[in-house]
Amino acid sequence: MRFVAVTSCPTGIAHTYMAAESLEQAAKAAGHEIAVETQGAAGSAPLTAQQIAEADAVVFAADVDVRDRERFAGKPTVTAGVKAAINDGAGLIAEASRAAESAEPAESVAGEETPAGAAPGPELAGKVEGGAGAGTRVRQWLMTGVSYMIPFVAAGGILIAIAFMIGGAEIAAIVDGGEYRGVQYEGVAELSDLFGQAGIAGVLFKIGSTAFEMLVPILSGFIAFGMADRPGIAPGVVGGLLASAIGAGFLGGLVSGLLAGAVVMGLKRLRVPRGVAGVMPVVVIPLIATLVVGLLMIVVVGEPIAAVQTGMTDWLSGLSGGAAWLLGGLLGLMMAFDMGGPVNKVAYTFGLAALASGDTLIMAAVMAAGMTPPLGLALATVVRARLFTRAERQAGQAGWLLGLSFITEGAIPFAAADPFRVIPSVMVGSATTGALAVAFGTTSLAPHGGIWVVGLIGSPLLYLLAIAAGTAVTCGCLLVAKNIGRNRTGTATTSAATAEPVTV
Amino acid sequence: MAELITADLVDLDLAGTERAEVTGDLARRLAGAGRVTDVDGFLADLRRREEQMPTGLEGGIGIPHARSAHVTEPTLAFGRSESGVDFGAADGPAHLIFLIAAPEGGGDEHMTVLASLARRLVHESFRQSLHTAPDADAVVELVRREVLGR
Repeated sequence: MRFVAVTSCPTGIAHTYMAAESLEQAAKAAGHEIAVETQGAAGSAPLTAQQIAEADAVVFAADVDVRDRERFAGKPTVTAGVKAAINDGAGLIAEASRAAESAEPAESVAGEETPAGAAPGPELAGKVEGGAGAGTRVRQWLMTGVSYMIPFVAAGGILIAIAFMIGGAEIAAIVDGGEYRGVQYEGVAELSDLFGQAGIAGVLFKIGSTAFEMLVPILSGFIAFGMADRPGIAPGVVGGLLASAIGAGFLGGLVSGLLAGAVVMGLKRLRVPRGVAGVMPVVVIPLIATLVVGLLMIVVVGEPIAAVQTGMTDWLSGLSGGAAWLLGGLLGLMMAFDMGGPVNKVAYTFGLAALASGDTLIMAAVMAAGMTPPLGLALATVVRARLFTRAERQAGQAGWLLGLSFITEGAIPFAAADPFRVIPSVMVGSATTGALAVAFGTTSLAPHGGIWVVGLIGSPLLYLLAIAAGTAVTCGCLLVAKNIGRNRTGTATTSAATAEPVTV
Repeated sequence: MAELITADLVDLDLAGTERAEVTGDLARRLAGAGRVTDVDGFLADLRRREEQMPTGLEGGIGIPHARSAHVTEPTLAFGRSESGVDFGAADGPAHLIFLIAAPEGGGDEHMTVLASLARRLVHESFRQSLHTAPDADAVVELVRREVLGR
């Protein structure tokens, strides 16, 4: 079996190390492996996330608080004083074996990520190793957030797509209220009335959109988790909720997640008296970090975003006189830039306003441009599978349905993991589609629904051609961009392998 | 860095039978070797540590120890007692007494030496050799070999 242990004592010069030695000797004698973190005066290499993940049980031989105990949550645990470990290491090891055997079901708590997480890196451990190069670490943090977000994208997106298929494009207006093709809907206020008023399609839409509301909070929370472990989750999730509330979209979620992780990492480095150390991860760190991140999101990030949105809306209105296909391309760029974020919202709202005033050309371009990002990325995962992690390839499979349903959010997992390569690629593709859709003179009477409202599209074949062209362009751009970056990634990985582990 | 232990810091025939008496004798040897600047202050630090939890271990071992501002170098003083001295272990008095003195603000290098000393203390063979060591020089030799690997 494999064990990990932490030893610590009040003075930190004698018992801590004697207990470690005793446990190591006892484990060796019994044919087990053990890694011991000695939290004493001489310092020690901290246990890696992988060592903890692989351990069958944990032994705490400590007379004072174990630092960062939350790393071991969910593991079978044996707790004793340091003297017990010194006097009877063999007994403690035997007890740990029994705990590991009797706790097999509980093991799945720690092990449940393995089936989905056959991809390398953060998904296996859930927590990013210190010691990688800066670029690699940021990418691993983002991937951690993305890997937890993907199930929400897939479940929510597919439910919404099915709702459109069986309920038509008006299902969104029926559930949430608003105007659709000249009819004003009040929306359903009481969830208990939902089935009666909106039918099964309405219920599916509501469940799906609820899952979508969690995209940004989960992304943000688990980026912070990847950076700073469990104490990062609360400030990260709250920051993500605020990013959604201020309309900052997934880019706001990336910011809040990185911010929350950084604040918690900073707070964990503070040296505090032993008495306070026990409540740091549970009370003090989440409290302070949540406050700081929340303040920054509302005051520093929120207000400029609202101002920029107003400015862009005015600017777009002023452009209406120019070449129509240029406007279509521009709206395409905006739709793809942040996929549900503030810029996307401005473009989409512009399309809605055009539709309300009878201009169906613009709405068609906006919808088509919003469909290509997931489609183009899905195509890329098929054409060059090896450029993507397994989780990304799975997100790509869902991307076909999400793209066809005009659920642009299907591209967020890719964009959040690798924004600087993915976002420009999808923007170029969507701009192509937006410009072509206008140039072909296609029209849409529906504000959403994607391929499922094809009956409301004017010149449907040309419309599909515009989408196909943008999809191909997105895919091509991304493959080029990924190749540019691959050398850089290779270097970062090498430096990660040689870098000294750092104490987090 | 100074030697972890010298022959002056070894007493193979401790006279005292009380914890305070024995640690006092060993602490004065430390002071005599210039490792402790204030014997009373150091003893007070030792007592405080001992009050938190007695340092006696099963198998006849006592390891009174402290990090103290009155210590200049990480040092080990070793005493052997025929009759045994009570250090609070459940199974009886201690016959091998290791007084470990650590400077308050000791750097990692200092602490690493003491950590490897502590690790050796667990080994039965090391204890046995100390039981049978014929003289102070043999003890010093043994510690150097086992702890410092030279």
